Amino acid sequence: MAGIRALGSLSRLTARRYTLLPARTHVNYEIKGDVAVIRMNDPSARVNTLSVQMQREMTEVMDEVWGNNAVQSVVLISSKPGSFIAGADLNMIQACTTAEEVTSLSQEGQKMFEKIEKSPKPIVAAINGSCLGGGLEFAIACQYRIATKSKKTVLGCPEVMLGLLPGAGGTQRLPKMLGLPSAFDMVLTGRSIRPDKAKKMGLVHQLVDTLGPGLKSPEERTIEYLEEVAVEAARGLAKKQIPLTKEKGLMQKIQDYVMSYPFVRQQIYNTVQKKVMKQTKGLYPAPLKIIECVKAGLEQGPTAGYLAESQNFGKLAMTPESKALIGLYHGQVTCKKNRFGSPEKEVKTLAILGAGLMGAGIAQVTVDKAIHTILKDTTLEGLSRGEQQVYKGLNDKTKKKSITSFERDSFLSSLTGQLDYNGFNKADMVIEAVFEDLSIKHKVLKEVEAVIPPHCIFATNTSALPIKDIAAVSKRPEKVIGMHYFSPVDKMQLLEIITTDKTSKDTTASAVAVGLKQGKVIIVVGDGPGFYTTRCLAPMLAEAVRVLQEGVDPKKLDSLTTGFGFPVGAATLADEVGIDVAAHVAEDLGKAFGSRFGGGNIEFLKSMVDKGFKGRKSGKGCYIYQPGLKRRDVNTEALEILESYKLMPNAAISSDSDIQYRLVSRFVNEAVLCLQEGILANPVEGDIGAVFGLGFPPCLGGPFRFVDSFGADKLVEKMRKFEEVFGNQFTPCQLLLDHAKDQSKKFHK
Amino acid sequence: MASMLLTSLRSSPLTSVQAAQFAARSLSTSVHLRAQAKSKKTLAKPGMKNVVLVDGVRTPFLQSGTTYADLMPHDLARAALQGLLNRTGLPKDAVDYIVYGTVIQEVKTSNVAREAALGAGFSDKTPAHTVTMACISSNQAMTTGVGLIAAGQCDAVVAGGVEFMSDVPIRHSRKMRKTMLSLNKAKTLGARLSLLGSIRLAHLSPELPAVAEFSTAETMGHSADRLAAAFGVSRLEQDEFALRSHTLAKKAQDSGLLSDVVSFKVPGRDIVSKDNGIRPATMEQLAKLKPAFIKPHGTVTAANSSFLTDGASAVLIMSEEKALAMGYKPKAYLRDFVYVSQDPKDQLLLGPTYATPKVLEKSGLTMNDIDVFEFHEAFAGQIMANLKAMESDWFAQTYMGRKTKVGAPPMEKFNTWGGSLSLGHPFAATGCRLVTTVAHRLQKEGGQYGLVAACAAGGQGHAMVIEAYPQ
Repeated sequence: MAGIRALGSLSRLTARRYTLLPARTHVNYEIKGDVAVIRMNDPSARVNTLSVQMQREMTEVMDEVWGNNAVQSVVLISSKPGSFIAGADLNMIQACTTAEEVTSLSQEGQKMFEKIEKSPKPIVAAINGSCLGGGLEFAIACQYRIATKSKKTVLGCPEVMLGLLPGAGGTQRLPKMLGLPSAFDMVLTGRSIRPDKAKKMGLVHQLVDTLGPGLKSPEERTIEYLEEVAVEAARGLAKKQIPLTKEKGLMQKIQDYVMSYPFVRQQIYNTVQKKVMKQTKGLYPAPLKIIECVKAGLEQGPTAGYLAESQNFGKLAMTPESKALIGLYHGQVTCKKNRFGSPEKEVKTLAILGAGLMGAGIAQVTVDKAIHTILKDTTLEGLSRGEQQVYKGLNDKTKKKSITSFERDSFLSSLTGQLDYNGFNKADMVIEAVFEDLSIKHKVLKEVEAVIPPHCIFATNTSALPIKDIAAVSKRPEKVIGMHYFSPVDKMQLLEIITTDKTSKDTTASAVAVGLKQGKVIIVVGDGPGFYTTRCLAPMLAEAVRVLQEGVDPKKLDSLTTGFGFPVGAATLADEVGIDVAAHVAEDLGKAFGSRFGGGNIEFLKSMVDKGFKGRKSGKGCYIYQPGLKRRDVNTEALEILESYKLMPNAAISSDSDIQYRLVSRFVNEAVLCLQEGILANPVEGDIGAVFGLGFPPCLGGPFRFVDSFGADKLVEKMRKFEEVFGNQFTPCQLLLDHAKDQSKKFHK
Repeated sequence: MASMLLTSLRSSPLTSVQAAQFAARSLSTSVHLRAQAKSKKTLAKPGMKNVVLVDGVRTPFLQSGTTYADLMPHDLARAALQGLLNRTGLPKDAVDYIVYGTVIQEVKTSNVAREAALGAGFSDKTPAHTVTMACISSNQAMTTGVGLIAAGQCDAVVAGGVEFMSDVPIRHSRKMRKTMLSLNKAKTLGARLSLLGSIRLAHLSPELPAVAEFSTAETMGHSADRLAAAFGVSRLEQDEFALRSHTLAKKAQDSGLLSDVVSFKVPGRDIVSKDNGIRPATMEQLAKLKPAFIKPHGTVTAANSSFLTDGASAVLIMSEEKALAMGYKPKAYLRDFVYVSQDPKDQLLLGPTYATPKVLEKSGLTMNDIDVFEFHEAFAGQIMANLKAMESDWFAQTYMGRKTKVGAPPMEKFNTWGGSLSLGHPFAATGCRLVTTVAHRLQKEGGQYGLVAACAAGGQGHAMVIEAYPQ
């Protein structure tokens, strides 16, 4: 057998030498009998993208393969583990300056995939790893798709999340392949589809298991195995032993029949359009354009469809929304890296103090990362509730089948719940999430420092207390750092890390490393009251309270803010954060920053708290929350309290649009001030923090991008108008004024 | 590999091809021919009791749902125990302890060892316990016995295993069980009625036991197919190995080598005296079968997997002095053994690969010292994967923390009387069959050392070295 194998590899070698005369770096191919195996691998990147070079080499290779009479069928595969094709090359789109340029890019892609679709030799896309965007469009142009069941294998059209649309035939092929409802769902949500679901939907034809250890590494052998299976399938297709069209099920036939009526299709377009409008408030152009393209293709035929697709793709690429979303995407990638380098000691044991919502939430995102997690509380009831939260979080994942029940159990085995400091002598990091009170934090810090080893980091989870005040009682302030998580911890992506001037670089690196393991997007900011996020939110909420006092209904306030693009309305946000927390923070920051943080009357918030209206957690806040009920009514008792704090609105600055800008400009001004004062290291982190932590409208890309696109001068102009009435709360900061004065100054290049 | 298999199939005198191969493969075969000196003369350890296998028997292994269909597990176990008593002429009260293995438990006889012992007429003064460790359950029963003897607690132990796949416990759904248990506690008629009223159609769907890992929910066949793929084992290689197993088993059966089988009069049916799963087919017939687990491209089929089997086995193990005192001529010494375990997902069936070098090291032997290999054949693909793993330096270095490979056993010494693929695989009964077969083969072929190795669900494995008793 060894002989046979040696012969095989010999012939492979000669084949390679023969076919690979022109030097290609991204795409190569090998002929196995009558099957051409085309392998993609971008040597310069972690994932494959449809870059100019990739496309050029692919076209060359395809032409050679088509021209080769010995080849009957083709397998398309990536030799990069974890990535088939992750999408188009964003830089290619960003380099374009006009819509026409982008349209022609799209048309080139369309043409290339049309040739693939019409290939006389069947092409099998063998997918392992991410098959997204342009990669998916490539795959669905092929005649047959085989995917591995790897956790890294995902299929999807995330273009909509970048304010774009699938511009290389995706809007045209998917509806035909999957039917209108599934296609719309896929293209409009941009969600990633796992292999088993893809098989059920009919997006792929065949699945291949991932392999474990063998004679090669699991990753390498899995790709090889996928290729073997794909080559067999390609042969079967060429010999017509495998049919290309699948026998349609009864449901599919019924669906097709119903869809054959233009009236039904129209109904679907309308429903989808309405749903999109409701969710986006018309602030995002991409979903609407996608519907337009799908409709054009189905109602007016492919020529019109492909034309609409390429033209709309060009138009969308030039929209500020798309630029904002692409900016966020890049920002997110940046904030998923540790700019402080790798820490000296990896955190293997993490202790969390306080098993409340926050503490347990932090535990929940830690236990499944191979970190031994100690969850400590002071009472058995608190601990029990916290442990249940961790269990429920993991159990929900098993219900969704993203992990097995066995994995859940094994993750939970790295959680220790306790009431004492047992085992803290082995902790590498302690995160305290106790009540937001400086004296309690001091007490805890001293207790902990008595039991932890010298290298252990003490992180404090606070949303407003300055870290240096907490660190004041520490024996080792270089090991003290702030880690501000957002609630609910398992859902909110942001982690704000706060360093004091005494915090060591290694401590920061370690905190970032832990946060990254927990799957967070991280910004690292300087110390100060409210740090960055809370500090930006506070003036906006103060303004929101004033707006309420001026007689604007909470529902109206919510619709004004969501209408501007915030995912959560200001009144709802206050309820979510907690009215008591808001009052507490407003008071603290008011003391620190003075009248600039004024606006609404804090006494109103206090009266709410006195009445027990603490927001969602207490069942009543601006709204009334009833378990199991989705509908929420405005809390009329809160309105009564408001009545006693009523302010007369000034008609000159109380239009809907004025109210929106009053809220947003205070937020943005504070953000710019944070950059000016050095709290923020750069505008990118400012944008990421505002969008991922506070829900700043993603379509605006964050406060800094908003200033760039809206115009600092226009913003200043608006603020001056408000300043006349309300004073220094609306005084633009120096950096903003600089940008207003000099149009060429931009936060993002 | 394929050619090696075919060679060992042909028992004709040396052809030139074979001769060339033997020459090329140097020691491994010439050891066998010249009975070269061993690394160690014996594995006896000073100050340690020698534990011997006096004899071993088994019921015929039958495909489930055939002649044994109406029995219960302890009936089969009883037949094996009685067979052992008959074969050895052992006084019923001479046994100190009985250990039995089983995998799929009949809930009525959860300590099947005790029920079978009582039914087989052993003294009611002889304690018995049941062990479970998937496919190496009876290995565990035997090594438990070895431990008891070595520790001086017992002198004569009967060990064995039984599996009965013709009837498996199928349970009501958890919801239904909960309702039924609450029904027992309900005091009033009203409470009972309301409980009965709560029963929905979904309550009635039963829970079937599956040969699937609890930790990964993957069936064993699926894992075997992935394992075969990971080691690049082709469908052809698997079919060839399966055919080899059946062919060799048939030959062994026909030439009366399977002397461990005892006849069993099945109540209401005929006397059974032969395994009924041995079916040598042609390669063409095997090639026709569709993959059983991974469709459409898998390689594991019904024909190259072990089939669901009913059967029981038993062995009598004693301290050497006791055996000699009772006038027995022992068949073999049971020497060093190991248990190993690894990742239950991707290395579920690699037990032999891990256990073999470990037990060899422990006993101070090398692969060349072993004259007889008996490996449990769960799937042809699993055996071939293990052989390839044992032949791979890369695997040994990357996953086993060893400097070099241990090397695969030469095929002419390997499962030459058939294996689990052809004889059948009653999960908990296979271990004793392997050990008894090694003893019989050593006697027949005149070798000194034999090696048993097996994989088991849960990603576990076992290996044992057996030394022939001087004849």
